Amino acid sequence: MEFEIPNMSVALPEMFVLGMACLILLIDLFLTDKTRIITYLLAQATLIGAAIASLGHQLGSPEIAFSGNFIRDGMGDILKIFIYLSVFVVFLYSRSYLQARNLFKGEFYVIGLFGVLGMMVMVSAHSLLTLYLGLELLSLSMYALVAMNRDSSYASEAAMKYFVLGALASGMLLYGMSMLYGVTGSLELSQISAGVAATGADNMVLVFGLVFTVVGVAFKLGAVPFHMWVPDVYQGSPTAVTVYIGSAPKIAAFAMVMRLLVDGLEGLQEHWQGMLVILAILSLAVGNITAIAQTNIKRMLAYSTIAHVGYLLLGVLSGTESGYASSMFYTIVYALMSLGGFGMIMLLSRAGFEADRLDDFKGLNERSPWFAFMMLILMFSMAGVPVFLGFWAKLSVLSAVVEAGMVWLAAVAVIFSIIGAFYYLRVVKLMYFDKPEDDSPIDGEIDVRVMLSANSLAILVLGLFPGVLMNLCVNAFAV
Amino acid sequence: MSSDLPLLSLVVWTPIIGGLLVLAIGSGKHVLEARVVALLVALLTFAISIPLYVQFDVNTFQMQFVELYPWIERFKINYHLGVDGISMPLIILTTFITVLVVLAGWDVIQYKPAQYMAAFLIMEGLMNGVFAALDGMLFYVFWEALLIPMFIVIGVWGGPRRVYATIKFFLYTFLGSVFMLVSLIYMYFQADSFAILDFHTLRMGMTAQIFIFLAFLLAFAVKVPMWPVHTWLPDAHVEAPTGGSVILAAIMLKLGAYGFLRFSLPITPDASQELDWLMITLSLIAVVYIGFVALVQKDMKKLIAYSSISHMGFVTLGFFIAFTIFENTGSWKGAAMGIEGAIVQMISHGFISAAMFLCIGVLYDRVHSREISAYGGVTNTMPNFAAFAVLFAMANAGLPGTSGFVGEFMVILSAFKANFWFAFLAALTLIIGAAYTLWMVKRVFFGEVANDNVAKLKDINSREFIILAVLAVAVLFFGIYPAPLLEVMSVSVQHLLEHIAQSKL
Repeated sequence: MEFEIPNMSVALPEMFVLGMACLILLIDLFLTDKTRIITYLLAQATLIGAAIASLGHQLGSPEIAFSGNFIRDGMGDILKIFIYLSVFVVFLYSRSYLQARNLFKGEFYVIGLFGVLGMMVMVSAHSLLTLYLGLELLSLSMYALVAMNRDSSYASEAAMKYFVLGALASGMLLYGMSMLYGVTGSLELSQISAGVAATGADNMVLVFGLVFTVVGVAFKLGAVPFHMWVPDVYQGSPTAVTVYIGSAPKIAAFAMVMRLLVDGLEGLQEHWQGMLVILAILSLAVGNITAIAQTNIKRMLAYSTIAHVGYLLLGVLSGTESGYASSMFYTIVYALMSLGGFGMIMLLSRAGFEADRLDDFKGLNERSPWFAFMMLILMFSMAGVPVFLGFWAKLSVLSAVVEAGMVWLAAVAVIFSIIGAFYYLRVVKLMYFDKPEDDSPIDGEIDVRVMLSANSLAILVLGLFPGVLMNLCVNAFAV
Repeated sequence: MSSDLPLLSLVVWTPIIGGLLVLAIGSGKHVLEARVVALLVALLTFAISIPLYVQFDVNTFQMQFVELYPWIERFKINYHLGVDGISMPLIILTTFITVLVVLAGWDVIQYKPAQYMAAFLIMEGLMNGVFAALDGMLFYVFWEALLIPMFIVIGVWGGPRRVYATIKFFLYTFLGSVFMLVSLIYMYFQADSFAILDFHTLRMGMTAQIFIFLAFLLAFAVKVPMWPVHTWLPDAHVEAPTGGSVILAAIMLKLGAYGFLRFSLPITPDASQELDWLMITLSLIAVVYIGFVALVQKDMKKLIAYSSISHMGFVTLGFFIAFTIFENTGSWKGAAMGIEGAIVQMISHGFISAAMFLCIGVLYDRVHSREISAYGGVTNTMPNFAAFAVLFAMANAGLPGTSGFVGEFMVILSAFKANFWFAFLAALTLIIGAAYTLWMVKRVFFGEVANDNVAKLKDINSREFIILAVLAVAVLFFGIYPAPLLEVMSVSVQHLLEHIAQSKL
């Protein structure tokens, strides 16, 4: 084999984030709690720098580097930009929350950045190996983050569950990958794709490998019946970590679905389409129905996430390019809404008080009409009521399944969205129709308040002009 | 014919932006300012809507005042507005009623009045949007977004069981409309466009038509509401504040009926013909059975709510007897009267139900009870008010000379051409309607002064007088001289009938 110097510039953003994460780890050693803000600022600067690196490189056609292990394409670039954006917002929301709980440590940011790196690798993976590397880097970071509040028994329990189940899922995924490798003789996705075409879709081992792969993917997405970790982890983690887990990793998980099922195994679409239909319907049903019974808003949003994963899968399973684009749109929209929802919980929290019960939202309209309105936008958007962004996301995935000839599936999905509307309405009901239980003013830091308002208003304004974001997603597949 | 100003956009966005302005002003202590601004915005919107009537060309069925801009290119969704003779009167009704609603809530609403006014203004804009939208998705966006302010209005300013009522309202209507969404998406892929006018010319097989018809039926029947999906309405009406009831009865119910005219009939004419027995049956059940239900109500608002359902039964009856008339007479001329009568009934019911709910609101503001038994002999203490109330009650019962008569009479007349028994059952309403309305009037207004509360009643103030007087003029004007309304719609209705006469199979 001829030795060639890989084209490093393709992975410039990844290398930048890696370097900066290591640098921040070192710098943080020399900082005291008073000057810890430097770590925070450096972490944010890293994300901005990575965004510049990703944007600065004009993309013609997809570029594959590192012996076919790494790809840089339109979809990956856009997903990465939204990963940076999400994590940037997460860091911003969580600063004062962490400070109030004595969790404002350098580790949060370093681990968070390593998680970002893992997500970036996942997004740009072009072989099973790179994908797995990225996935594990992300997963290990998340296990550590969940356990960060080590004195909380909830957090420890959540971290244990997450770790054990996550390891199991990774094992499944690896097992599936080994079968794929066995049949096709390659780890590289394009060669797997060619191998699938050569062997035909009815190869038994290949289909088995697909099943295990789908299980692994479903676990990472949190689709029913592989969702058990989601509510516990969402509820048990400090909210600053929940918002991290609930936003950017979903984008990465979507990328993983695309890389594995579409880039690698599109030849098996007739098989995975049926599997995803079942996963989607179960997720919609369990997520929406179980969410009704929750009293803890973090847990409720966890079940709502499961339901949203069901919608997200609708676009992928339609198996068309516009379907993939609509799922991508859904994922990004979901990440934005999730950021806002958990951000609102952090805004209402203060030292010694977690606003994680639904009842903590009672009478918010009396305490702060502005933020009640912001939460109203988020809730109606998640419920899929026009004119907010969430509606257009639902419209996109629904039109993808209708286009694929599955009108019945669209009908099933909308029935569950009615059930889902109930628990989002309940939050609005608590905020607007009930009297507040405590009258303490909402006094978040100014940066949090501004960002949260911008976040919610973005959902309204982008809902009025959804074409911009939609076209971005459609063009991602056109390059 | 058409002016340079984008009138329809103004009619949609002036109240929405004005509503946000009111929110911004009223967040502090500036309650009076917020009220004044709200009234000015409502008046301005009404003023903007007048040229829609004045400059309207009655000789064409084409959409007028059209505005067309691309909105979301990926799905070929356009910002496409326009009105014909069917939707234009409804827009003016909306802008007119909103002015009255803002006035009616003037000093009655003390809890967060700015949010109250803003909600109604935003609703006004959205309702105008529904009537003016010519793009299916734009229609759907307005249609659904409308639920949010109404949800808030009933839930925040409503009565004791408001939470139950408002969630029921929201989920019921949401249930109806999501299936419409699926149909719209399905038709988008058939027609490669979301334009309603493209849907009109889209050819579809019978099975597809039936499914689409049923999906639309669910959406519109809930909104109208038709028996048996009407149960949200009495709850919502009883719990809603007066303004909410007025908007619900006067305009929101019309959205459903309008949907039948704009979507169900022209898009799925063959399915409509196939299933017209279902529609006629449901309409007659609403007219007769719900009329009897109204008779036994003890709560005034509930009584009027049931009476609204019964009156809306006339509207749907008028729409769907068209096919039978055509079979019987072989001409579409007779059918036109049924549909025109139904539209007149929609407008007239907008005035009358608004007036009835405002009258109940007047009493409720003073006594804080809606029970019929809490009153008696009101005419002794509130003579001016009683005069208005009796007039509106007569109109509700369909007395000739009031607008309530015109629509009902036209529908019954054309029902005779369809089938004697349809007409017979529909005409029963003249008796039942008179019975429940006049019996209520007798118990509330006439007789001896029933109790101290009634004895202490003060007659209506000038604000209330103006509101009721304006409505009284409207009710009498359209009762005596409905021609302006009829001539505006007749070409559009004619065109609609010619359109649905052609099979789309």
